[in-house]
Amino acid sequence: MSQNNVIPIEHNATQDAQKTRHPGLNLGPAHAHEEDTREEMVFGFWVFMMSDLIIFGLLFATYVTMLGGTAGGPGPSELFEMKSAFIETMLLLASSFTFGMASLALKYREDRTRLVFWLVVTLLLGVAFLFFELKDFHTMFDNGGVPSRSGYLSAFFSLVPLHGLHVTGACIWLVALLGQLAVYGLDAPVKTGILRLAILWHFLDIVWIGIFSLVYLGGLS
Amino acid sequence: MSDAMSSIFGRLGWDALPFWSMLHDHSPMTLINGVIATGAAGMVVLGALAAIVLVSWLGKWKYLWSEWLTSPDHKKIGIMFIVIALVMLARAIIEAVFMRAQQAVGLDGGFLTAEHFGELFTTHGTIMVFFMAMPFLTGIINYVMPLQIGARDLSFPVLNQVSLGLTAAGAALVMISLVLAPFSTGGWTGYPPFTELSYNPGAGVDYWIWAVTLSTLSSTLTGINFAVTIFKKRAPGMKLFRMPLFTWTALCTAILMIFGMPPLTVATGLLALDRYLDFHMFTTDLGGNMMNYVNLFWAFGHPEVYILILPPFGIFSEVFATFSGKRIYGYKILVIATMCIAVLSFTVWLHHFFTMGQSAHINAAFGIATMLIGIPTGVKVYDWMLTMYRGRIRLSVPMVYAIGFIMLFVLGGMTGIILATPSVDYQIHNSLFLVAHFHNMLIPGLLFGMLSATNFWFPKAFGFRLEERWGYRAAFCWIIGFMLAFFPLYVLGLMGMPRRSVAYFEPQYLPWTIMAGIGALVILCALLCLLLQLWVSIRDRHANNVFVGDPLGWPDAGMVGLLTAAGIQLPGAARDLQH
Ligand code: HEM
Ligand SMILES: [Cu+2]
Repeated sequence: MSQNNVIPIEHNATQDAQKTRHPGLNLGPAHAHEEDTREEMVFGFWVFMMSDLIIFGLLFATYVTMLGGTAGGPGPSELFEMKSAFIETMLLLASSFTFGMASLALKYREDRTRLVFWLVVTLLLGVAFLFFELKDFHTMFDNGGVPSRSGYLSAFFSLVPLHGLHVTGACIWLVALLGQLAVYGLDAPVKTGILRLAILWHFLDIVWIGIFSLVYLGGLS
Repeated sequence: MSDAMSSIFGRLGWDALPFWSMLHDHSPMTLINGVIATGAAGMVVLGALAAIVLVSWLGKWKYLWSEWLTSPDHKKIGIMFIVIALVMLARAIIEAVFMRAQQAVGLDGGFLTAEHFGELFTTHGTIMVFFMAMPFLTGIINYVMPLQIGARDLSFPVLNQVSLGLTAAGAALVMISLVLAPFSTGGWTGYPPFTELSYNPGAGVDYWIWAVTLSTLSSTLTGINFAVTIFKKRAPGMKLFRMPLFTWTALCTAILMIFGMPPLTVATGLLALDRYLDFHMFTTDLGGNMMNYVNLFWAFGHPEVYILILPPFGIFSEVFATFSGKRIYGYKILVIATMCIAVLSFTVWLHHFFTMGQSAHINAAFGIATMLIGIPTGVKVYDWMLTMYRGRIRLSVPMVYAIGFIMLFVLGGMTGIILATPSVDYQIHNSLFLVAHFHNMLIPGLLFGMLSATNFWFPKAFGFRLEERWGYRAAFCWIIGFMLAFFPLYVLGLMGMPRRSVAYFEPQYLPWTIMAGIGALVILCALLCLLLQLWVSIRDRHANNVFVGDPLGWPDAGMVGLLTAAGIQLPGAARDLQH
C-alpha cells in the first residue's frame, strides 16, 4: 500500500462534537466521547426496531392470509366497534404528539419541568390506550371472539395484543425513566434512554396505524 | 403431598427417565433402544459430573467464574461459544453415526425404533444448525472481527454475554432432554400439524420450541451487535473497502441475522401459542393454515443457510490469500458478490416446498431466482482459484480444508442447481438426494470453514500452534469420510429412498447404505483426530509457542491489514505479509 494511504489517527474532537449525529439528542459539545458511545446505542436501537418491524410485518401478512379462516365463528363485523378503535387511535396519535413535545423540551429547554410534564401526559395517554384496548378485548370475548374459536381470531390475537404488549413495555420503561430522572437528574444515559424510548413510541404508533387501517377499517368496510 | 408434587413436576413422571420403558417391556427392541438411550443419558450426567469434579480438583471455580463466565471480553465470549459448538458437534456426530448404522442394517428392520430414529434426526439436525454451526461462527466472528477492524470490543459487550447465555440455555435444554423425557420427533423443521398438541401431546416438541427460540433470540441480538460494531467501531482509517474480507462476510451475516431470524421467532412463537393457549394458527381444523408455518419457517431457513456459509467464505478468502502468499484476487468483486448473495437469499425461500401446491409459474420464478445465486457464488470460486494461481502455495492444515472445500462445494452447488429445477425436484424432493446435497454444502462449506479458521487463528488466541500431524489426519479423514458417507446418498436418493426412513424393503439400497455407514465411521475417526490434535497441542504447547521474539505476536492477515491501513511499519517477519 502506498504512502498516501496513511491516515491521521487524531480526530478533530471539537468538529466531531458539533456535528449533529441524529436529531433530538442534545448532549452538548463537552461530551465528544460520550456522544460516540451514545450514538452507537441509538443506532443499535434503530437496528433492533428494524428486526421488530419484521416480526410485525410477518404477523400482518399472516393475518391477511387468515381473513377467510373464521370457520363459521364471529368475524370483524360482529366483533369490532369503530368508535373505540377510533378513540384508541386518537389516544395513541396524541401520545406521539406529546412525546414529540417532550423531545423538544429535552433539546431546547434547560428546566426539567416541561420535560417531565410532557412525559407524564404521554404516559397517561398510553395507559388510557391500553385501558380501551383491554375493554375491547373484553367485549370481544363476551361475544364469543376468543382465539381458540377460529384461525382468523387466532391471527387477530397474535397480532393486536402483541402491539398492546409492546405499549405496556414502553409504559413501564417510561415509568423507569421518570424514576431515573428523579434520582440521577438529566444525565447522558437518561437522555439517550428518552431518545430511544421516543423511537419505540413513534414506531408503535406507526404499527397501530397499520392495525387500525388493515384490521379495523379493513374489517368493517 | 401429591398436590405439591404435581405442582412442582407437572406432567413430569418416572416415565420421563430413559430406562423406564425398558423395565416394563422386555422385548428385544425396547431393550436395545433403552440401553442406547440410557447410555446417552449416562454420558450427559457423567460428562457434567466429570467437568464439575475436574474444576473442583483444579480449584478453578473462582477463576472460571470471574475470568470466563462473567467476562464481557469478546475474545473470551468467542471462545466460550466455540466450546459449546465443539461439545454439541461431538454429540451430533455420534447421533449421525447411529443413524447411518441403523440404515446400514435397516433392510427390513434394523435395531432402532421409529420413535428413537425420529428423535435422532431431529436432535442431530437441530443441534448441528442451532447449537453447532451458529455458536461456532458466532464465536469465530466474536473473536476475530473486532481485531480485524481495530475495535477494543463489540459495541454492546453485555448484550454479547446475554447472547451467550441464551445459546447456552438452549443447548442445555437439548442436553437435558437426553435425561428427562424424549425430544421432539418432528425434524429440525418442526412442521405442524405433526407438532401440534393433538398429534404430539408430550414434552418433546416443547423442548424443541424452547431450545430453538432461545437460540434464535441469541442470534438476533448477536446480529445487531456485530452490525453496529462494524458500522460504528472501526479504527480511524479502516474504511469499509479496506476491511478484510472476513469482516465483510461477518457484516453480511449479521444483516441476515437481523432480518432472517425474526421469521423463525414468529413461527415458533405462533406454534407455542397453538400448543399452550389453544390457538388455531396452523391446526388442521377451525381455519388454521399450516402453509403459513412452512412459509415463515423458510423465510428464516433460506437466509439461514447463507448465515451459515458466508463466514466460511470470508475465512477461506483469508486462508487462500495467506497460504498462496498473494493478495486476494478481486477483492471488490468478492465484496459485491457477498452482498448479492445476501440480498438474493431473501428471494428464494419457496424452493424448499416446490411440491406443496403453488402454481407452476410461481415455482418457475423461484427456481430461476435460486439458480441466480449460483452466479455470485461461481464468481467467488473463480476468485479463489485465481488467488492460488501462480502463488507460493503452502499446504498447511487450513489450506487442506480450503482445497477440500473448493472442490466438494462446487459439486454440492451443482446438485443444488439440479434441485432448483422444479420439475426435477418433484422427483427427488424429500429423498436422500436432498440430504446429500445439503450435507455437501454444510460439511465442506460450513464445517471445513470453521475447522480451517480454528487451525488458522488458534495461535492468535492461545499463543501456540495446533499440532499439524493430527491436524492433517483429521482433515483427510473429514474429506474422505464425507465423500464415503454422502456420495452414496445421491445414488440412494435417485433410486427413490426417502429421507428420515428408519427402515426399507429394497435390497438394492443395501450396498450404498453400508458404504455410507463406513463413511460415518471415517468421520468418527476425524472427530477423534480432532480431539487428539487438541490434546497433543496442549501437551506440547511450549514447543509450538509462536511468541518467541516477535513483539507483535502472531501476525495474521487481518492484523497486518489493519496496521497497514494505519500506516504502521511492521518489524521482522510480519513485514513480509504486508502488501
Ligand atoms: C458429521 C457428519 C454428518 C453425518 C454423518 C450426518 C448424517 C446425517 C443423517 C444420517 C441424517 C438423517 C438423514 C435422513 O433424514 O435420512 C442427517 C440429517 C441432517 N443433518 Fe447431518 N450429518 C452430518 C453432519 C451435519 C452437519 C455438519 C450439519 C449442519 C451444519 C447437519 C445437518 C443436518 C440436518 C439439518 C439434517 C436434517 C434433519 C431432519 O431431517 O430434520 N449434518 N444427517
Ligand atoms: Cu433454500
